[in-house]
Amino acid sequence: MKKTLGHIYLTLVLIFLYAPIATLMILSFNSSKSRARFGGFTLAWYQSLFENEEVMNAFRTTIILAFLSAFIATVLGTAACTGMVAMRKRSRNIIMGITNIPMLNADIVTGVSLMLLFIAARATMGFTTVLFAHITFNIPYVILSVMPRYRELNASVYEAALDLGAKPLYAFFKVVLPDLMSAIVSGFVMSFTMSLDDFIITHFTQGPGFDTLSTKIYSEIKKGINPEMYALSTLMFLTILILLFLVNYKPWSKQSVGEIKIRTRKEIVVGSGRRGAV
Amino acid sequence: MKRFVSLLCVLSCMTSLYGCALNNDAGNSDNVVYIYNWGEYIDPEVLTIFTEETGIEVVYDEFETNEIMFPKIKAGAVKYDLVCPSDYMIKKMIDNDLLQEIDFNNVPNYVNIGDDYWKLAEDYDPGNRFSMPYVFGTIGILYNKNMVKEKVDSWDILWDPKYKDEILMQDSVRDAFMVAEMKLGYSINTTDEDELQESKELLQKQKELVQAYVVDQVRDKMIGNEAALGVIYSGEAIFTQRENPDLEYVIPKEGTNFWMDSWVIPKNAKHKENAEKFLNFLARADIACMNFDYITYSTPNMAARELVEDEDIKNSPIAFPDLSKYHLEIYVSLGEKADRHLSDLWREVKSY
Amino acid sequence: MNNKYTRYVAAPYLIWSVGFIIIPLCLVLYYAFTNADGAFTIDNVADIISYVNIKALLLSIAFSLASTLLCLLIAYPLAVVLSSVISTNSSILSLLFILPMWMNSLLRTYAWQNILERKGVINGFLTALNLPPLYIINKPPAILLGMVYDFLPFMILPVYNSVSRIDKDLINAARDLGAGYRDIFFRVIWPLSLPGVISGITMVFVPSLTTFVISDILGGGKILLIGNVIEQLFTQDSDWNAGAGLSAVLMIFIVISMVITSKYDKEDIR
Repeated sequence: MKKTLGHIYLTLVLIFLYAPIATLMILSFNSSKSRARFGGFTLAWYQSLFENEEVMNAFRTTIILAFLSAFIATVLGTAACTGMVAMRKRSRNIIMGITNIPMLNADIVTGVSLMLLFIAARATMGFTTVLFAHITFNIPYVILSVMPRYRELNASVYEAALDLGAKPLYAFFKVVLPDLMSAIVSGFVMSFTMSLDDFIITHFTQGPGFDTLSTKIYSEIKKGINPEMYALSTLMFLTILILLFLVNYKPWSKQSVGEIKIRTRKEIVVGSGRRGAV
Repeated sequence: MKRFVSLLCVLSCMTSLYGCALNNDAGNSDNVVYIYNWGEYIDPEVLTIFTEETGIEVVYDEFETNEIMFPKIKAGAVKYDLVCPSDYMIKKMIDNDLLQEIDFNNVPNYVNIGDDYWKLAEDYDPGNRFSMPYVFGTIGILYNKNMVKEKVDSWDILWDPKYKDEILMQDSVRDAFMVAEMKLGYSINTTDEDELQESKELLQKQKELVQAYVVDQVRDKMIGNEAALGVIYSGEAIFTQRENPDLEYVIPKEGTNFWMDSWVIPKNAKHKENAEKFLNFLARADIACMNFDYITYSTPNMAARELVEDEDIKNSPIAFPDLSKYHLEIYVSLGEKADRHLSDLWREVKSY
Repeated sequence: MNNKYTRYVAAPYLIWSVGFIIIPLCLVLYYAFTNADGAFTIDNVADIISYVNIKALLLSIAFSLASTLLCLLIAYPLAVVLSSVISTNSSILSLLFILPMWMNSLLRTYAWQNILERKGVINGFLTALNLPPLYIINKPPAILLGMVYDFLPFMILPVYNSVSRIDKDLINAARDLGAGYRDIFFRVIWPLSLPGVISGITMVFVPSLTTFVISDILGGGKILLIGNVIEQLFTQDSDWNAGAGLSAVLMIFIVISMVITSKYDKEDIR
């Protein structure tokens, strides 16, 4: 009884969460261009998607931006953690406090503040400004992901390596870094996701001729969305879905990847502050 | 000493970072033209042909309202070479010294634009020095003949409680106030506080009948039978009728706004020559005709009008209305203070 | 690792955070407390009590309180169900609640327009069943729904995380000692899940308070939240000083949530 109720509740919430996604997927097969009518089944949007330069450009920009910003944030963030471990508790707390600001700050305030900065610096709004903005809100995810792992790290392993004659840098890359790897990867994945989905901060820091998928969707919402956009989102969603389930079911990598996955989930929680673009 | 050195490091790193942001994207290549235009306001094919013919790359951006466009140009953070604002906004940009004169010697095709339109343009650009007319139109009511059985000829119908939740209003300050001011018989450029307050109250009264305040979405929603009445630009009307024959467009008897969007070159434009080449290209008869066919907004290009094949459209009173039949008024820039005041009043209308 | 130079590895990030976090926020404050000519004024911040702004702010607070509460009411039972009733594969199941976040959130919100519209999905069903249509699009319930939808995963995750970590032995021990369901819940489960709940609340409250996108997409331009006012001041009126003034007011709420979070963070560690 209790179990049935639980299952019903679970199903209801899942329907609520997936109803819009199902709607979008159905619209991607709608032959009528107006979303108001279902005109019959078609795969035409999936074909024309790859010829639609605007959408494909926005897609490329989004992916490159997400990858670059996540990568730079991961390097900077990991370095920051390494440095912070060696600091006194007081300075470490101050830095962690600053790190928390972009996480807890409203996106609109972060976006506006960066816009004011770029204008004050007389920068041309474009890819670079958006990249800087994304790196800025990505670093905290990396730090909040890597820092706890650093605390759990057994310092004596590193010291043993030094005692055995390893140079500090060598010991770091050979002993410390492998231990941190899963946390670093999950920080990277989090950053990548957040950058992919950001709208508000990009909205305030973008320039001419620059569109990510989010900003493109936002301007299209005002005048009617190209069905190709539904097709693209459906493809992206299915790719992630398949990837995640493959990762979860592959027997050979069960242990290591499983660990990454659980960490990712945990870090989303620990790394609280941020939410989707809306 | 150590502190000082590290401080120096911090400072130098920061300046180089900002420097990075400074020299980005733009200016990589000089054979480009940065264009800032309304959404769906050009046939993308036209841009492709232009690049093919001239080798000049086009960086194209869209804005939704004049009010969104203006601050971007004024801030100068973004340097466009060609912008396509509406009449009153051009006046405002001239007043703010944001524009540079167009050298029409480089735009020989300007002769294709009808004399009447150059004359009308004098209202906001005396001497026709800064702008070249691109499209014009009126604002009217689009209604669905199946849902509205009575004769529609007045703005009054937008206040008829019968159509609660069936009305789409324009979500832009001037257009929304224009409707109320015309209904009340005031000038659409009034700055009289009493008249403005009265208009505001009228709009507030209308709000509970309004389904949504939208800009371009009027089109899709009317096509999809989501609403019975919508305030819309005449150019959109032709397009919506193609998609949904139940729709009809009228210019209300109280009169309406006549508007004209023209191309201007901002003062900080980096590629003026390319901008003028693009203007000349746009004014070419075949290109202008192609463009008209795509955006369905009336073109002041007389040579292009001759090329329109569809007789119905060529003689359509919506596409090319007899302007003398209606009470029409052009928007005039009200000045920054009055603009802000109007924005504030509009927010009062929209605040829940 | 306590080489005295190691700490300088953090320098690039430190520079970054000063340049892109601290200085920008100072700029917001600078614009907030100056007028267009650069002279000091408190008008921009004081403008929050103007009729339109205070109404928008109070409405935003009401919306975000409601959406936070609803999210909690939906997420908490879900977390309990996920962690206790359904034992098999709960990690895969909880993955199902994160997955929607990988589809663009603007599109997902927009999809609700399709679902809720007058001629939309729900009304299609209702008319087919001869039921009266449901008109909530462009009205407050639609915005609330959008907020709950968009931010629910951010409540589910931390709450689930803290509930699932509760040691089952504690619950069993409480039962052995004669505690009823109510006591077990209010004296064991709830207090132990509190850090997750607090974290979820801050994650839902701030974005609900400051969103301008959801009200834009699902409100039909008829409902102005404080986020919309700020967005319009920046992008349409180009009145940066006024916009920064209101942003500065919002920062107060952010400081409050930072204080709360840091308090519970410490308790969590202990």
